[in-house]
Amino acid sequence: MGHAVAEFDQKKAWDGGQSPFRMSYGKLMMWFFLVSDALTFSGLLCAYGFVRHKYSDAWPAAEDVFTHFPGTHAHLPLFYVGLMTFILIMSSVTMVLAVEAGHRNNKRGVIIWMLLTIIGGFMFVGSQAWEWYNFIVGTPEGALRQVWDIDAGKYVTQVFHGANMTVNEYGPAQFANFFFFITGFHGFHVFSGVMINCVIFINVLAGTYERRGHYEMIEKVGLYWHFVDLVWVFVFTFFYLL
Amino acid sequence: MGNSHGHTVAVGHEHELHHAHAHDDHHEESFVSKYIFSMDHKTISRQFLITAVIMAVVAMMMSIIFRMQLAWPGEKFAFINMMLGDKWGKDGILDPNMYLALVTIHGTIMVFFVLTGGLSGTFSNLLIPYQIGARDMASGFLNMLSYWFFFLSSCIMIGSLFIEDGPASGGWTIYPPLSALPEAIPGSKLGMTLWLISMSLFIVSSLLGGLNYIVTIINLRTKGMKMTRMPLTIWAFLITAILGVLSFPVLLSCALLLIFDRSMGTSFYLSDIYIGGRPLDQVGGSPILFEHLFWFLGHPEVYIVLLPALGITSEIIATNSRKPIFGYRAMIGSMLAIGFLSFIVWGHHMYMTGMNPFLGSVFVFTTLLIAIPSAVKAFNYITTLWKGNIQYTPAMLFSVGLVSSFVTGGVTGIILADSTLDITVHDTYFVVAHFHIVMGLSAIFGMFAGVYHWFPKMFRRMMNKKLGYLHFWITFIGAYGVFFPMHFLGMSGVPRRYYTNSNFPLFDNLGDINELVTVFAIIAALGQIVFLINFFYSMFKGQTAPQNPWNSNTLEWTTPAAQHIHGNWPGALPEVHRWPYDYSKPGAERDFIPQTVPLGPDEHDGGGH
Repeated sequence: MGHAVAEFDQKKAWDGGQSPFRMSYGKLMMWFFLVSDALTFSGLLCAYGFVRHKYSDAWPAAEDVFTHFPGTHAHLPLFYVGLMTFILIMSSVTMVLAVEAGHRNNKRGVIIWMLLTIIGGFMFVGSQAWEWYNFIVGTPEGALRQVWDIDAGKYVTQVFHGANMTVNEYGPAQFANFFFFITGFHGFHVFSGVMINCVIFINVLAGTYERRGHYEMIEKVGLYWHFVDLVWVFVFTFFYLL
Repeated sequence: MGNSHGHTVAVGHEHELHHAHAHDDHHEESFVSKYIFSMDHKTISRQFLITAVIMAVVAMMMSIIFRMQLAWPGEKFAFINMMLGDKWGKDGILDPNMYLALVTIHGTIMVFFVLTGGLSGTFSNLLIPYQIGARDMASGFLNMLSYWFFFLSSCIMIGSLFIEDGPASGGWTIYPPLSALPEAIPGSKLGMTLWLISMSLFIVSSLLGGLNYIVTIINLRTKGMKMTRMPLTIWAFLITAILGVLSFPVLLSCALLLIFDRSMGTSFYLSDIYIGGRPLDQVGGSPILFEHLFWFLGHPEVYIVLLPALGITSEIIATNSRKPIFGYRAMIGSMLAIGFLSFIVWGHHMYMTGMNPFLGSVFVFTTLLIAIPSAVKAFNYITTLWKGNIQYTPAMLFSVGLVSSFVTGGVTGIILADSTLDITVHDTYFVVAHFHIVMGLSAIFGMFAGVYHWFPKMFRRMMNKKLGYLHFWITFIGAYGVFFPMHFLGMSGVPRRYYTNSNFPLFDNLGDINELVTVFAIIAALGQIVFLINFFYSMFKGQTAPQNPWNSNTLEWTTPAAQHIHGNWPGALPEVHRWPYDYSKPGAERDFIPQTVPLGPDEHDGGGH
């Protein structure tokens, strides 16, 4: 089957009868899907930028909000999210190694690296849950917020802790809205990625790709996984760093 | 890019061939796998077409009902009572909430279900594998899913007509806060939720279809089918699919945020709203944000609707003028330019939102730029027709009709593109007239042209020519009769979307125009019965089609029409040696040379100069 490589002439790549990118339709489709998905995230991040610009004075600084770290009450701004990011990026590295093992048709290698990738994915999703939990519960001090009192029929000022969809102690409602929506939407992507990785992992164990003679499926899910990581880099930058 | 890539390609291709041959060998497909859950692009194309025809009839009936209300407000019509029942059409008078709902759903169905799903779905599916010489779409399974998502989304949209509060009624652009607050109007209750669910499924369908179209065109062109030998239809479908893949996801993020505002209590789009004397908890959002996200899709959507029709027209005009298309490369270039520009003009839908006038002038500039590639296309059509040996088939008439409406509607577009002139005609019937002519009529003319032209390929029978002529003239005259007078309504300031204009003395002298418009609308609608009869009758009883009824060059006519072959060609795939527009080539025996004929010794290929 190597003959396709030998015959490939770059000048005639687009002349028909072959894939100009020397790529199977499935992988090409994954690339275009990722372009499309990237635009969904771009839409959300642009919306975030639009609103944040509107509230540039009142918008809270992330390092004042995300200061928790498991097992300690020390003030560690952005340490935990840094750890999460590190875990996710490491899971991308293990994914690369799984793809590379797949190129060598090394089933054992694929199994090990895929398993580590899946573990990394679960750790990230779990960490995000913990991050959300702290965000929702909030600080013991809280902040003064106007809350509608149904009995009195008017707004009353009271101490509010944490965050929900309509009000939060950190800043404008949109701060929590976008935090929940964008990290949630990304978390949903990570979770789906982990599920897809699990399916592929089971197939690897069952020897499906060994029989097929190639591990291209690993490359396809790998593309998706790297994409999800890349999106996180943007989310992390826009939400936590800027 | 190492060994592995070549490796997987080889595997992929072999799989493709096996797949096709396997089907040649045994023909005992069940009814379900052949006609219902089919993965064959030809069947899926017919499924899209028939679904779209049904949706179009529904949306057209809606327009007749609300046009009757606009022409004769308060008049009692047994027809309206019959269609809408006592709840929405009591004593034959249209309920105001239902009026808004009809306008909304008419727009939604026409824009998305007929002219996006129906037009792209039908003709991309039919023509991409046929005209590039492929056995089928890259992924038949995803293609099937694309149709069934479309079907499900159509069912939900139609289903929303029958719920207690009525369907969504905030206009097809569903601007919040109206659409975000169930308390606002009945149409923002369950109907709006169903609208959003339906559109989300539609986006999935469009994505699956679009990915397939792009990848099929890139990967599965037959030997010799260079990009510059592709028929302009395929170029149009390719650019359309790219626009869809890039713009629909933004609509998805826009809709998801709206769903959250509706049901989760967030305030992305909401601010400072009082309902029943009580201020809402949701503050600080911006409805303008919605408009930005919506129109970032919304404007490319115009070209998603229009480009396939332009591609179909290019093909039909060249074939039926018996002349090569004028400016093949310019046509490709202008479609690419239109596609690119369509992403940077969305602000012209928002001139009146309080946008910074400087920003407005930037959008004026980019919008006016679109006139250049559009004019290139219009002139290329006209110069292709010029001194051609014109064959007036029904498809050709509709194609020429498209050129006409594209120019007429384009001219008013220049007025609307100007942020200053837009102040006076903003949200009036002038806008309605403009986009119906340039996008609605052009696209539907393209779709009719496509149906008449490729009907023999779809159903192996010919449509009746005389009924086709009748259909064209009624539609053409009726459509201009509807939309041309609307310009005058708009210039007089009549606002769109109002239930009635009779309460404003200012518009008293315009009642006649409204009546005239409605009379033409009814005539045009009745004219479609001619089409429906012709369509369904010819499907079963039409004259059997010859293999190449229009003496056309493209590949779909090189396969026998008499058999329904899974895999499209009985033997090997055809090989392509020339561009598709060698009509009336000097020195040639016949006035057309199919793409499969090798170039002669001194002959030059037309497309790739």
